[in-house]
Amino acid sequence: MVVLWTDALIYLLLVVMLGLGLYLRGKEHIKRPLQKICRSKIGMVSLVVLLFFVLIGLLDSIHFKPADDKKNEIISVLDDWATPLREHGEKTYSSPFATTLYSKEMMLQADGSMQWGYPRLEFGGKHLEDTETQKIPDILQKTAYGFFQGIALTSLLMLIIVSMLRRGNVVQVAPAAGEGSSTKAVWLTLFIIIPVATILIHLSTHYHVFGTDKVGEDVFYQAVKSIRTGLVIGTLTTLIMLPMAIIFGILAGFFQGWVDDIIQYVYTTLNSIPGVLLIAASILMVQVYMANHEAAFTSVIVRSDMRLLFLCMILGVTSWTGLCRLLRAETLKLREMEYVQAATALGVKKTTILMRHILPNVMHIVLISVVLDFSSLVLAEAVLSYINIGVDPTSYSWGNMINGARLEMAREPVVWWSLSASFVFMFALVLAANLFADVVQDAFDPRRSGNE
Amino acid sequence: MNNPILMVEHLSITFNQQQKVVDDISFTLYAGETFALVGESGSGKSLTALSVLRLLPNNARLEAETINLQGDDLLNQSEFDLCKIRGRRIGFIFQDPMSSLNPVMTIGSQIEEVINLHFDLSKAAIKQRVLELLQQVELPEPEQRIKAYPHQLSGGQRQRVMIAMALAGKPDLLIADEPTTSLDVTIQAQILALLKNIQKQTGMALWLISHDLALVSTLADRVAVMQQGKIVETGITAEFFDQPKHPYTRKLLNALPSMQSCLTHSKPENPPLLQVNDFYCYYPIRKGLFKRVVDFVRAVDGVSFNLQQGKTLALVGESGCGKTTLGKSLLNLIPGSSGSVVINGIELNNLTGEALRQQRANIQIVFQDPFSSMNPRMLVGDIIAEGISALHPKISQTERKARVRQLLQQVDLPEDSALRYPHEFSGGQRQRICIARALAVEPKLIVCDEPTSALDVSVQAQIIQLLKTLQQEKGVSYLFITHDLAVVAEIADDVAVMYQGKIIEQGSVAEVLTQPKHAYTQKLLAAVPVMKVDG
Amino acid sequence: MTQYILRRLLYSLPLLMGVNILTFVLFFVINSPDDMARMQLGQKHVTEQSIANWKQQHGYDVPLLWNNQALGEEQITHTIFYQKSVGLFLFRFGVSDSGRNIGADIKERALPSLAVALPTLLVGLFVNICFALLMVLFRNSYLEQAGIVLCVVMMSISSLFYIIGGQFFIGKVLRLVPISGYDDGFSAIKFMILPVLIGVFSGIGSGVRWYRTLFLEEVEKDYVRTARAKGLTETQTLFRHVLPNAMIPILTGVVVVLPLLFMGSLIMESFFSIPGLGSYTIDAINSQDFAIVRAMVFLGSVLYVIGLLLTDISYTLVDPRVRLS
Repeated sequence: MVVLWTDALIYLLLVVMLGLGLYLRGKEHIKRPLQKICRSKIGMVSLVVLLFFVLIGLLDSIHFKPADDKKNEIISVLDDWATPLREHGEKTYSSPFATTLYSKEMMLQADGSMQWGYPRLEFGGKHLEDTETQKIPDILQKTAYGFFQGIALTSLLMLIIVSMLRRGNVVQVAPAAGEGSSTKAVWLTLFIIIPVATILIHLSTHYHVFGTDKVGEDVFYQAVKSIRTGLVIGTLTTLIMLPMAIIFGILAGFFQGWVDDIIQYVYTTLNSIPGVLLIAASILMVQVYMANHEAAFTSVIVRSDMRLLFLCMILGVTSWTGLCRLLRAETLKLREMEYVQAATALGVKKTTILMRHILPNVMHIVLISVVLDFSSLVLAEAVLSYINIGVDPTSYSWGNMINGARLEMAREPVVWWSLSASFVFMFALVLAANLFADVVQDAFDPRRSGNE
Repeated sequence: MNNPILMVEHLSITFNQQQKVVDDISFTLYAGETFALVGESGSGKSLTALSVLRLLPNNARLEAETINLQGDDLLNQSEFDLCKIRGRRIGFIFQDPMSSLNPVMTIGSQIEEVINLHFDLSKAAIKQRVLELLQQVELPEPEQRIKAYPHQLSGGQRQRVMIAMALAGKPDLLIADEPTTSLDVTIQAQILALLKNIQKQTGMALWLISHDLALVSTLADRVAVMQQGKIVETGITAEFFDQPKHPYTRKLLNALPSMQSCLTHSKPENPPLLQVNDFYCYYPIRKGLFKRVVDFVRAVDGVSFNLQQGKTLALVGESGCGKTTLGKSLLNLIPGSSGSVVINGIELNNLTGEALRQQRANIQIVFQDPFSSMNPRMLVGDIIAEGISALHPKISQTERKARVRQLLQQVDLPEDSALRYPHEFSGGQRQRICIARALAVEPKLIVCDEPTSALDVSVQAQIIQLLKTLQQEKGVSYLFITHDLAVVAEIADDVAVMYQGKIIEQGSVAEVLTQPKHAYTQKLLAAVPVMKVDG
Repeated sequence: MTQYILRRLLYSLPLLMGVNILTFVLFFVINSPDDMARMQLGQKHVTEQSIANWKQQHGYDVPLLWNNQALGEEQITHTIFYQKSVGLFLFRFGVSDSGRNIGADIKERALPSLAVALPTLLVGLFVNICFALLMVLFRNSYLEQAGIVLCVVMMSISSLFYIIGGQFFIGKVLRLVPISGYDDGFSAIKFMILPVLIGVFSGIGSGVRWYRTLFLEEVEKDYVRTARAKGLTETQTLFRHVLPNAMIPILTGVVVVLPLLFMGSLIMESFFSIPGLGSYTIDAINSQDFAIVRAMVFLGSVLYVIGLLLTDISYTLVDPRVRLS
């Protein structure tokens, strides 16, 4: 097993979240908003979609070197699972479900003569003898097969979970989720997502579901691989910026005086540089550094991983200021609250007041800003990659997919599938994240709880 | 009786389709009379007033048989027609004049707006009318004030503007929803006199909504008492205060602190516990290019007083006189104080850091707002135990728990309160928890910063009784900060009156309240609404 | 007031100094000029001589902070820090790595940037406020629900897709306006329609949502109830009382970004090949022209600082409660 830097941080993030969950379990002030989220249909459905994406991202975050390795490459569990997709490369563009290439070529016929036409794909629809008559029934048949497989799988899952709930040992966790329409909505979502996934898996072994790109790589594979990049940017950036924002924000608000002056100076300075330019400048420097220290990066994947990590760090540095300012303002308000004064009067030490009275009471702001930032970071990645200051051009990301495909809009007929694939995946992730963020904000923002 | 002006029958208001806040009430207002709707907070009295004009918030649902204004059915009126009645035939005065006035419009244009809506007058005539109105509500220098923004006026002046705005439509009925609650006593008296005066001039009906029985007794012709969404008793003022019929009304009346009670108690002289000498608390005002300190706000300006062991000193004054600043800076919660504070022979004001922390057990504080004085994320048990573990770290956990249980018992709260969160308690119960928290470290002195002013009368009486009992049991002293002279009479042994950062008069309760020497004290006492009907 | 502005200007000096030092560290300390030279000249087969040549050509052949070899004040002035960073304070942007005068380029390109960015901002503001007001007017109805959902959906689409989609459908399929390009004078208008339209459209989702929450916050305040008790209708209340109050945070929020409009929008300008500062920056980033990026970073922060000052001043103009002291 090979652990890349971002992998390690993802594991760290998981551990932190698990720890936080265990620490907060059973706390009243957490339970009520959580129940409110559980009761929200939109919230639960978007959570399921998000978890589905996270699952794929996690599968893609366990890297190893295959045993029969010849090319000294590192692959992930997802890659291993999708080996047929990874290796089914064509020569160049082909449209979704096509059996022939996008462009005409000279072909060697069986009788030895040359002919100008659309050559058959090497993998897409290879098993068909007569493409024109067999293709559509074959696709339908495979779709049906995948569909029933998915339904069966979901039903099995449902059976297991329901029986576990019946046994009663998990009931305590999900009493609120067990009631009402949100459960139905969750199951309905699962009954849609899983069959769609199985259909796609089943079809993609025989066809290029979303076509192929310029160098003949399967677009579906690219889009799926990009999920990890999006998630990493959305989560690791916050992981990096949170400690800075929380510590500086609370300290500035609580101690005021010169501490406040310095912290305010630092974040106003950072803020005054237009974000894109700061990112551009930093990424350019990283590029120079990497170009001059080529020896340190043994393989392409290590190199692109480092660049991804740098990007997260840079995005973190540019984005902590907003949250920091919010937290400073809130702490200023809180330190004047009478319970903080009462604690001072009771002789409670300053560090204890910070940990016991200030920090827990600003956590809802942190949580809200984390979920709100996630989707904007995923969107930002696409734009940055488009300007070439995003992730490494060799790594899979929706931004890179768009960047590679946008010039082909001028072609006739239009090469639309790369764009559509990245659009569909990105839209699903960001929409789910936005909807979930809305529900979380509703549940945790004390100002919003009144108008229900 | 005159002819009825407003008839309400079987009115109910429901929140979120479940919570019934007003439950099937009926009443009638007659032309020219003053009708008072009295009740404690949450009894639904303000919502009743709003519902008459159909101004309820969106999540409230209104049901009624009739709401009838001089023969016009308000209940089934279209929104468009209702707009012609609001402000024209019914004027409305709200509780907090600061938030009820548009902050970015001049007061002149806000009054103009009403006239413009309901009368067809020329520009000059409107301007003339605005001036008349401002003169009628006795706003000083109306010509200049007409261009002022709400934040440039004082609280009393803002309420005068609100009244002028309500009068601008020449209404037949004026609804005043707690018109004086957010004002100081002296200003409160002025506003009430003004309302009375205007009513006499115009002959309109006045519907007063209030929680203050004393105020009602001086102003109203008829009174109705509301409890939990129901009107429990209605009557003519004199009869009502003489022979209250409903037990709730009797309870309310009994809970009223009376000024007479100060004559009854007197305690023997004790050695002084707290000596404050020449105490100052200044806030710097910074100005100029480099924010140099050019002047100071003299919040507390040279104050000296003594407090004896086991006694209560009341610190009385109107808002902004520096009494709360004084209380908090005695505990070193506010920077910038100077002078001498000696408690139990130890000088507090030059201590810092750890030495100060060690002395904190001597002096504790109970705050005004029971909702912001407890961390919402902590269990009540932990809140009470916080001081014990900070100041007496040697006490074991089991002993600490026993102490918490004992304290809860002392403040009359159930034992299982320790495992609940503050939001599950009512205002009065929260104030009990705060008292328990202060008592936990066994202080010699508790500064009570308006501990009862956020509470309803009946609860207020209970808390005062609790404080008195605890003083008897534990011999703790109180520095009782308040604006309410009636409460002072109830609890204090000595009184100090504060005005603009200085103590202008101090002495025993009986002395100060019955023979005030300073002109300001006399003015304060005169302004307190006293129950008119008194046996 | 003048004192206040003076103080703010004094305060902005350390800010700009901080920006300057940060960029200096980023561009010259983390990677030495040698590294940059190697990068520019291509990785392989670079001789020491060619690096030295490149450095001399671009003025990087002096020490970073302190010149031991020079005499007198030249010990300070003959350094990279003095020549490349301090000059920015006087808006001497110097020469780009490709040999062009950056100051002249900026002057020439600021106008096209503004020509696209300003209409986008103004039209966007107008459209967003209209939709937000509409949603508040019909609050608690299905219309509002649908509006919120639509906003979230629109927010979830990357701006890249708006541009690509807009160019494809309006420019290519319908052939209403040219896909990209720019012209001087009034003929620029036909090139500006599409970028402005797309710019406004892609901002609707988040803009309307944000303004809606601002309006709703105001609607719940007590003075709105007073206005209704006066006899104003729902629409009158909204326009006469809620709108002026909610406009305060909206306007001041717009004022902050006003100066930054000169910088243009990076992706917009590069997609529509508008010769503004945005595409200038992108070209610089792609050709790794550090001198230009450095100049733009500094220019951006100067404009931001001006924006902050303007915000404070505009508060005193629109909000009678605020007094600068």
